[in-house]
Amino acid sequence: MLNLIRAIISRDLRLALRRRADLVSALFFFIIVVSLFPLGVGPEPELLRKLAPGVLWVAALLATLLSLPRLFADDHRDGTLEQLALAPQPLGLIVLGKVLAHWLVSGLPLTLLAPVLGIQFDLSGEALWVLAFSLLIGTPALSGIGAIGAALTLGVRGGGVLLSLLVLPLYIPVLIFGAGAVDAAVIGLGAQAHLSLLGAMMLGGVFFAPWPTAAALRIALE
Amino acid sequence: MGNKLINIYRFASPQAFYPLAGKMIPWFWTLAAIFGIAGLYIGFLVAPTDAQQGEGYRIIFLHVPASWLSMFIYLVMAFWAGLGLGFNFRLSGMMASALAPTGALFAFLSLWTGALWGKPMWGTWWVWDARLTSELILLFLYVGFIALQSSIDDPRRADKAGAILALVGVVNIPIIYFSVKWWNTLHQGSSVSLTKSPSMAVTMLWGMLLCALGCWMYSIAVALMRVRSIMLERERHTDWVRAELAEPGEHAGQE
Amino acid sequence: MYWNSFSEFMAMGNHGVYVWGSVGVMAILMLLEPVLLIQSRKNLIARLKRQFRAERSDANTDRKTSPQR
Repeated sequence: MLNLIRAIISRDLRLALRRRADLVSALFFFIIVVSLFPLGVGPEPELLRKLAPGVLWVAALLATLLSLPRLFADDHRDGTLEQLALAPQPLGLIVLGKVLAHWLVSGLPLTLLAPVLGIQFDLSGEALWVLAFSLLIGTPALSGIGAIGAALTLGVRGGGVLLSLLVLPLYIPVLIFGAGAVDAAVIGLGAQAHLSLLGAMMLGGVFFAPWPTAAALRIALE
Repeated sequence: MGNKLINIYRFASPQAFYPLAGKMIPWFWTLAAIFGIAGLYIGFLVAPTDAQQGEGYRIIFLHVPASWLSMFIYLVMAFWAGLGLGFNFRLSGMMASALAPTGALFAFLSLWTGALWGKPMWGTWWVWDARLTSELILLFLYVGFIALQSSIDDPRRADKAGAILALVGVVNIPIIYFSVKWWNTLHQGSSVSLTKSPSMAVTMLWGMLLCALGCWMYSIAVALMRVRSIMLERERHTDWVRAELAEPGEHAGQE
Repeated sequence: MYWNSFSEFMAMGNHGVYVWGSVGVMAILMLLEPVLLIQSRKNLIARLKRQFRAERSDANTDRKTSPQR
């Protein structure tokens, strides 16, 4: 079981590395969106500190969204997905592997980049740690939930916009607790409660979401 | 057992349901009118004014039924969708897609009346209150469902994909509601506490219940009307649709 | 009856705009929905009938020109 997941992850990573430009553009999208906000609202550090958690988290949501349509589209086009669906192993596990691979190429880089951008917003050291940690445990949930939307819109016309319409409302709890954790750290309150709820969502997103995703993929393949 | 199953299939077949729905529609319209008029009569002409909120509170006779219905219709829609997914009933998927626009309408009406209630009561059109925010997200979920279904050409796939989305939405609605509620209590500074009139008079409760019943009957009537159109559209290649539409046409041919 | 006069009823204790704004929009939309449904149903039936008639006349001409089909 673990071997299967590991095999899927390494395959997807290899494919992703061949398409490095896509990864880099999603990251730059994240950087640009975050950098636009100070230009839009003004450079007062007080204001920026207050906005930072929300801005960074919303930008992370949008950047994750950018890479989602590709999650199954390539495999669908070249027929790999049909092969995987016919495999004796449960499709949910295969999806789990793909979700983890997606997180490694989209969520993890965002997590590593976010503290650097947080400095632009004059966040304190502790808030930066909480920001990185909240993204670390929050972005897997984004990949997991997003996979449902990606599978539902697979091969559908206007897929990209539709995907955001479907997935963004489902992202709201993650956004609330993720940004809330950073917010609490900025104010100086404990972020513990937020982070534990975020952790629960991560478990839900990573381990439950693959099953409806698998069902949606089977529908798309019919 | 086998016989029973066939019976269920017969009932669930569009061919059997189409005329039945046609007969039921006028009844539900009548009930909707009776309940609606009675509820509005009690709410707007009989019920006394609310001590705290003045006459503006009368909006709740519209607002609360609209909110209830918007949530209830989502649950019913998800129920039909799940049934369709699990047992492959053609009718269930059609019912789910027939309910979605009405649910979205009520979600919108709930927001609209909520805003018009909020302005005189709290001084703003919009408050990021947990209930209002959840209602807005519910509207987004409806819009997503409708958009997904309308962008898939194959109706069977549209039904199934919509069903998965509706079920995922149902699982998520409580999570969304509680997270928004928690978020709201953390940001108390910016929000107004919206306790509804604590002791609701019995007349008011009756008015509200009757209005809600009226809206419920309305939803059923409208959903049945819509499902009949969906049936004709989707089953247009079958003989029963031909038979259904042929008679007046043939008649005109003879004249 | 709770109200003393019609104008009092319309004023709704200075909240008339809000109350009647809610009632009006709700009434319009809840009337509009069935009207639109009836309209679209009429269009659909007309379209399907046209389609069936076209298919029937196709079949008829086919039969005349080539009896086998």
